[in-house]
Amino acid sequence: MDKVLSKKVGEKVMLLGNEAIVRGVLESGVQFVSTYPGTPASEIGNTFFKIENSKFKIPNLYFEFSTNEKVAMEVGAGASFSGLRTLVAMKNFGLNVASDFLIPLVYSGVKGGMVILVADDPGCSSSAQSEQNSRTFAQLAHIPVLEPSTPQECKDFTKFAFELSEKYKIPVMVRETTRVALQSGIVKLGKIVQGKRKGKFIKDPHQFVTMPPRVLEMKKELLEKIEKIRKEVSEKSPLNKNSGGQSSAISKVGVVTSGVSHLYAMEALRELNLNLPVLKLGFFNPLPEEKIKKFIKNLKKVLIVEELEPYLEKDIARLAKDVNCNLKIIGKELVPEVNELRPEIVLQAVAKITGKKFKIKNSLEIKNLKLKIPRRKPQLCPGCPYWLIFQGVKKAADPKKVIFGGEIGCYMLAGLPPHNVQDYLYCMGSSVGIAHGIKKATNQKLIAFVGDSSFYHSGIPALINASSNNSNPLIIIMDNQTTAMTGHQPHPGIEKTGMGEPSPKIKIEDIVKACGVKNLKIIDPINQKEFVKTVKDFLSKKTVSVIIARRPCIFVK
Amino acid sequence: MKNKKEFNIILAGIGGQGIITLTQVLAEAALIEKLDVKTSELHGLSQRGGSVETHVRFGKEIHSPLIRQGGASLIISLEAQEALKAYYYGTKTKTQFLVNDFIKPILDAKKSFSSKGISRELKKFSKKTIFIPASKIAKEKLGNEVLTGIYLLGYAVFKKLIPLKPNSILKAIKKVVPEKYFELNKKAFELAKKL
Repeated sequence: MDKVLSKKVGEKVMLLGNEAIVRGVLESGVQFVSTYPGTPASEIGNTFFKIENSKFKIPNLYFEFSTNEKVAMEVGAGASFSGLRTLVAMKNFGLNVASDFLIPLVYSGVKGGMVILVADDPGCSSSAQSEQNSRTFAQLAHIPVLEPSTPQECKDFTKFAFELSEKYKIPVMVRETTRVALQSGIVKLGKIVQGKRKGKFIKDPHQFVTMPPRVLEMKKELLEKIEKIRKEVSEKSPLNKNSGGQSSAISKVGVVTSGVSHLYAMEALRELNLNLPVLKLGFFNPLPEEKIKKFIKNLKKVLIVEELEPYLEKDIARLAKDVNCNLKIIGKELVPEVNELRPEIVLQAVAKITGKKFKIKNSLEIKNLKLKIPRRKPQLCPGCPYWLIFQGVKKAADPKKVIFGGEIGCYMLAGLPPHNVQDYLYCMGSSVGIAHGIKKATNQKLIAFVGDSSFYHSGIPALINASSNNSNPLIIIMDNQTTAMTGHQPHPGIEKTGMGEPSPKIKIEDIVKACGVKNLKIIDPINQKEFVKTVKDFLSKKTVSVIIARRPCIFVK
Repeated sequence: MKNKKEFNIILAGIGGQGIITLTQVLAEAALIEKLDVKTSELHGLSQRGGSVETHVRFGKEIHSPLIRQGGASLIISLEAQEALKAYYYGTKTKTQFLVNDFIKPILDAKKSFSSKGISRELKKFSKKTIFIPASKIAKEKLGNEVLTGIYLLGYAVFKKLIPLKPNSILKAIKKVVPEKYFELNKKAFELAKKL
């Protein structure tokens, strides 16, 4: 935190990509930050939380952990509509939750600069559920998207994104991936700017009411806005540049890349002693189409180095039809669509298209490796209350007969040994909804696990639905009184805000009761006898049952 | 660092062994020596007692935060089985392994592996492999196994396995570690000096 807050302008410090985002926000005079935690974006909220709970509290800066990402984005938009610069941060799946609001928000546009930070996780090192490529929202929502490669760019692009957003009155997405967000590197600090605006919402239904037929006009205006940004900014911006050696007018072979892939491409060129032109695209949307056309015009071959789906590749194929229909475009045949990229994959791809002979020295040894050590799987911490819950559930319910529904959080470790009590696993809130569907479709017994933070995030509508439709799953709310997996952030059940101020406790049991649930017990799972008895008892109820298994995470003081 | 080209370190071990702290110390030390630095780490699920592997690269100009296959100059592992898992980054001509001679069984492994067997395999991926009972030393001489990593780092620096000055590392420890633990960490770091 000290480094992020350093007042020494020009100082060079080591920062994680996520810390550099925070610094970029502080250098932009931002006054409003909202987030829901999720790796690999968690450090952003955590850093603001630490700042706001320390003696270095920044005047005129409001920070909150919102109930979920959709709410976070709505809250942030409200502040932006009132003229304040606003950051909303989330992981990839959070954007799905927020997308219902995101799409009309881009139509209407904003007032104070609004940046939406989204962190994808190619390779799923910290994400169950899917290997989502959030760049696709550029097409779906017509939102400008920037992709930094390094911590320095995380800071610079964030500052630029606020300028762009404010100038064109449009929210701007900054998209990181794990190896950018959790990459540390040297960042040169600028000046921290204290935001001084007074928020005021000026009524303007023409901008903020997305009713038809006005909404179609809004769409037209949005498409025009994007074309304007393309011509006036993206085509001219140094964020899109040839970062390689040679000019693309002379070379026969070129590389187009963005994000962390750019770093692997540069590394490959150095190792192979090549001097190829490399078009690095800081803008994913709108793409600098004329700049790209100029780059590919005289090339014979172009290698597209991008992680996950071939979006750039498809766009370049489209643009090549106009200017160079014989261009050989090489992408996903050498750069896989599944899993994150690694430097050696890019190295081999570059070697192949340039005809350089290159063999990685340890390949043969790897092939002949005799000792194969299995993966050390993640574990619940020693002393974690979830051990007691899983153990109790297995005593009460025969895992061969009872179905177990899981979700995202520490409790997804239910699926690993020694627990093995997880028959499905999807997004937050889903365990309850699916449970209700299974109960209606079958006569099987079922227990759905949902975490406390997840319950507030999106479990409540599913519980209302199950209860109001006369369903009878058993739901165990794993109340460890924190958002544990992502670094122990507070949630509505904790009497503390992101600013460190006291707040009302929203009791889970009050919500459950209000949902019409009659079978409700709050049990500390250390009382195994009572816990096991209740699970057995509740499994045969005719209406929905809820056990709040309440025991704090060992890291909660 | 004299030869400024590049130096690539993999830090391997198990979540909770303090590998992220070691990563930060190395990065700050390289920055103190005015080198370019990149690191890569993982958070969240991957910190829950599973295998942990971080990358630290420093030199004149560093692009990638990840070390490529066969590209490690040095692999420091805080657990012996995790050292073998890092074979991917090792090559016979280039890589040195510094391994804590300590085995923590893997939950659903059919058998456990011996340091001897691991060492034999590692020879194919390294020009030199050093096994040190660092956990034991940290426990006996410093009273706390948590200091294993800093002790091993001290060993690596004083035996010149890492081209950074001991003083730069000490300054970096001061920057990274909470003030009240500095003296203890300093002691752990300098323990290997006398060897």
